[in-house]
Amino acid sequence: MIRSVKDFWTGLIYIFFGSSAIFIAQNYGMGTATKMGPAYFPSILGGLLIIIGLISVIKAFLRTGTPIGKFAFKGMALVLGSTVLFGLLVRHTGLIVALPLLVVISALASNEFKWGSSIFTAVVLTLFCVLVFLKGLGIPLPIIGPWFGG
Amino acid sequence: MDIFHNLALGLSTAVSLANLLYCLIGVFVGTLIGVLPGLGPTATIAMLLPITFALQPVSALIMLAGIYYGSQYGGSTTSILVNLPGEAASVVTTLDGYQMARQGRAGVALTASAVGSFFAGTVATFVIAFFAPLLSEVALKFGPSEYFSLMVLGLVASVVLAQGSLLHAIGMVILGLLLGLVGTDVTSGTQRFNFGIPDLADGIGFVVVAMGMFGLTEITRNLEQQEHRTVMAKITTLMPTKEDWKRMIAPILRGTAIGSAVGILPGSGSILGSFAAYSLEKKVSKNSAQFGKGAIEGVAAPESANNAGAQTSFIPMLTLGIPSNPVMALMIGAMIIQGIQPGPSVITEQPVLFWGIIASMWVGNLFLVILNLPLIGIWVRMIMIPYKHLYPAILVFCCIGVFSLKNTEVDIYFMALFGCLGYIFSKLDCEPAPMLLAFILGPMMEEYLRRAMLLSRGNPLVFIQRPISAVLLVLAVLAMMAVLLPSFRKTREELKE
Repeated sequence: MIRSVKDFWTGLIYIFFGSSAIFIAQNYGMGTATKMGPAYFPSILGGLLIIIGLISVIKAFLRTGTPIGKFAFKGMALVLGSTVLFGLLVRHTGLIVALPLLVVISALASNEFKWGSSIFTAVVLTLFCVLVFLKGLGIPLPIIGPWFGG
Repeated sequence: MDIFHNLALGLSTAVSLANLLYCLIGVFVGTLIGVLPGLGPTATIAMLLPITFALQPVSALIMLAGIYYGSQYGGSTTSILVNLPGEAASVVTTLDGYQMARQGRAGVALTASAVGSFFAGTVATFVIAFFAPLLSEVALKFGPSEYFSLMVLGLVASVVLAQGSLLHAIGMVILGLLLGLVGTDVTSGTQRFNFGIPDLADGIGFVVVAMGMFGLTEITRNLEQQEHRTVMAKITTLMPTKEDWKRMIAPILRGTAIGSAVGILPGSGSILGSFAAYSLEKKVSKNSAQFGKGAIEGVAAPESANNAGAQTSFIPMLTLGIPSNPVMALMIGAMIIQGIQPGPSVITEQPVLFWGIIASMWVGNLFLVILNLPLIGIWVRMIMIPYKHLYPAILVFCCIGVFSLKNTEVDIYFMALFGCLGYIFSKLDCEPAPMLLAFILGPMMEEYLRRAMLLSRGNPLVFIQRPISAVLLVLAVLAMMAVLLPSFRKTREELKE
């Protein structure tokens, strides 16, 4: 019976990363203790991480822990989704479309979302970023992208 | 005295018009993020780092440093006025600061905090000026094994001071070290763990990781627990009474001493100092019965300590090139971006930069007193800005900032990935700070391990045969054992709450 879900999952994640590191490191030269190859240090770390992971999993069966809090899937999806969307769009549509989308979509994650104030925030932020980051600091992002003939 | 000569050199750098301006911008932004909800110094410095490309190295570092110690001031303002710590380091200030505010003495609490912070900042400036050169000299004698052991100590300290499960924190450190190895191996030129993505040739940018795990993760977490801020207290008078002044002096002195000492320790920064100062004050004070009910000592001591600690935590970064907390790790990143190799040679090769930063801290503290007392009204209004207006802006700055690092949108995707990872880890009680520290140290540690083992012809005993290295490792073991002691464990768990 799993008594501490947090320890259990953390352990599994550590074991996953540790064994992946060792597995991938097989492709690189191990070398010797005197002349360490590129696989040496990652393999040691991978091994240690697996051990920590195993202890954590074992602990999960022995000691009762607190349950994992609820995941805010909606909030996470909106915040991270709007970020990725911004990355996908910005070169094609330019800042003038990608940035307001980022602001409004991410704002949907709040319980107190209102169209009016988010659109206002979007306009202010877009102006600010165009002036400060693009004009002022010369960050090479298009204001109007090729999709709109910019 | 040499120290005054050096400080004079630093001061002449710090008071140039441009540097004064960047110092002011730094402490202003620092106070701002301390006051605003859900935005800490790590995420802010990560966001602003790309912008500092364009600045002179010394101006860039003066500004970034100002953000860090400035955020300590802002953090205490929210602690006192709305009972919400703006920064982790001002958690204890809520205990007595907010009580004072409820008794109508908010202004006095703010003054106690600002005066204490200013005094502590002044002393800490001298502490750095005095100890940093000494430490640099010692550090010049360090070989690879000493550096390796020092990093082990630093990482152990960050584990010990992390909140939550010790085991998880150790795992996070190892995971961080591993992630730090992604990219080209310097010695062999081998591409490691890059999954065929050419953008990973230089590794994952630490700013990308910091913005993901501190910026994006924090946004998602803050959205879960929406707080409502109301400033209950009115600020009537800022002036403490004669009695208040008398009660403040000793706690400020003790807080400054503790904060300065603890700040130097790897892995701590300002947080530990404020807790230590508060508990000491509670023990030694004549008025210990009043603690938690609005004792001015309970504001003055931790506020002095956190500001002193924020400043002395620069010592390991400036002298050894080793970060003691995520913010210092970002400062190291800023130096590398500017083409300065952090380490003990900075002080001799870049005296203007080194002393300029130190002197600017004192100037910055002066600015902060002005910003935080006469101009307190501005910040009170800032406190009321609702988070729902704020976080889309944070997100925008994160995206543009991370893009501008290498002008590639791939970094935006990685930031989102680390934001997701950070959120999952936060649900599992795994803290991101030790991981970020390890992430920065990963490649350095591997290098020093390699060199040490090469010099010793593969004999791992070299780490305990060289005296300094052995001492550092013994300290690491002691720190680890201390955590396992029941009494320490208890305090650690109390701090969590």
